[in-house]
Amino acid sequence: MMNKHVTIEEVGQSFKDGMTVMVGGFLGVGTPEVLVQAILDREIKDLTLIVTDTGFIDKGVGPLIVKRLVKHVIASHIGTNVETGKQMIQEQLSVELVPQGTLAERIRCGGSGLGGVLTSTGIGTIVEVNKEKIWVDGVEYLIEKALRADLALLKAKKADKAGNLVYDKSARNFNPVMALAADLVIVQVDEIVEIGEIDPDEVMTPGVLVDQIICIGGAR
Amino acid sequence: MNAKEIIARRVAVEMQDGDVVNLGIGLPTMVANYLPEGINVVLQSENGFVGLSSVGEVPDNSLVNAGGQHCGINPGGAVFDSAMSFCLIRGGHVDVTVLGGLQVDQYGNLANWMVPGKMVPGMGGAMDLVSGAKKVIVAMEHSAKDGSSKILKECTLPLTGKGKVNLLVTELGVFRVIPEGLLLEEIAPGVEVETVAARTEAAFIISPNLKVMQNLASQI
Repeated sequence: MMNKHVTIEEVGQSFKDGMTVMVGGFLGVGTPEVLVQAILDREIKDLTLIVTDTGFIDKGVGPLIVKRLVKHVIASHIGTNVETGKQMIQEQLSVELVPQGTLAERIRCGGSGLGGVLTSTGIGTIVEVNKEKIWVDGVEYLIEKALRADLALLKAKKADKAGNLVYDKSARNFNPVMALAADLVIVQVDEIVEIGEIDPDEVMTPGVLVDQIICIGGAR
Repeated sequence: MNAKEIIARRVAVEMQDGDVVNLGIGLPTMVANYLPEGINVVLQSENGFVGLSSVGEVPDNSLVNAGGQHCGINPGGAVFDSAMSFCLIRGGHVDVTVLGGLQVDQYGNLANWMVPGKMVPGMGGAMDLVSGAKKVIVAMEHSAKDGSSKILKECTLPLTGKGKVNLLVTELGVFRVIPEGLLLEEIAPGVEVETVAARTEAAFIISPNLKVMQNLASQI
C-alpha cells in the first residue's frame, strides 16, 4: 500500500492560486496551523475559503484573511476576525454566510454524491433569498446545494500510514465531513503510526478519503 | 439581583430532569448556574459534543465550547462531528435551546444575528437551533441600552427564525407565544402590568392566571 506520509515541501507543490479550499476547525481548534502556514509562506492567492468561521486575526484561518490571500469566503460566522468584516465592507472580500448546520450538510452532500439537502433552517429569513423552495408532505424546505473544494486541509490527532484518522475531542468538528468533499485531502497529524496499530473500530475517518499526511510530532 | 440573574433564574425553571439543552453564549450560559435541586440536564455544544461542563484544573486546547472557551466534558459525554451535532439540533433531539435576542416580535419572530451596516458576525448555529429544537426560549433584557423596547410589533432587523419562539423571558416578565400573539403569564415581583406595557412596543394579552415570576420570590 502507498505510504501517504509526505513532507510539508511536497504538500506545497499542489497549492495553486485561485483554488477553492476547505479548512477544518472551529475558532481555530482543529485547524491545521502548519498547513495554513504553508499557504501563507507560498503566498497562494485569490482563494475561495470554505470554513465554519474565519478564526481570529492570529489564529485558525484568520491570517489568510489578514494577508489578503482570500477573495471569497463561505462561512457561518466571521465575527471573531475583525479583518473579515472590514474587507467585506470595503468590498475587497465577498462573504456568503451559511447557517452552520446547513454548511455541514452542504459539504457532506458534496462528498456523498448528493446534489444538495432540503432544510427548513433559514425559511423566512434572508438565507432563503435566491434559493428554490419545495414543499414535501406539508413542510416547506429550502434547497441547499452541495459544496465541494479542490483541496481540504484537515487536522487529526493520529493517523496510520493508510490515512485512517482519529481526532481529539472537540477538534473533530468539520474535519470528517470535509474529508469527503475535496479532490485532494491533506491532513496534519500529531502522531503517525504503522498500519494495523489503529483498531478499525476506532477509526473516525477512513483512510480511503485521505491523500497525504504530514506529521508535526517529529518522531518520523 | 441584576436583570441578567433574574432572567437566568427564571429560565432555569423551564428545564426538566434529563433534558438535552443548548445554551447560547452570554446570558443563556448563566442558566446552568441556577438549575433547581434535582434537575440534571445534558448540555449540548454545537461544535460537537454532549456533556459540556466547566473547565477542569488543566485546560485542554482540544476542548472548547461554542464560544471557543476552554471547557470540560462530563463522564458519559460524547464527541462527534459537526454534521452529527446539527443532526441532533435539527432533528428534534435537543429539548430546549436558550438564545439571546436583539428583537422579538408578537408573531414569535426572533432577530439576533446581525445589525445591517454595523454588526454582521454571522448566524453560526442559531438558525438551525431555532429551526429544530423542540422548545425555543429567548432570554433577553426587556429594553435596549438606549431604553427602546426590544419586544416589537414586528422585528426590524433580519430574522434568525420566523415564528419559532415559544417563550420569552425578560427581567420584567414571562411571555408565551400563542397563535393570538404574546401572552404575559408571569410578572417580576413588585412590577406593575402598566410598567410592562409602557416598556413593550408589541401588543400583548394578559393571562387571567397572571403569576409572580417563579424561582425568584424567595431570592429578592
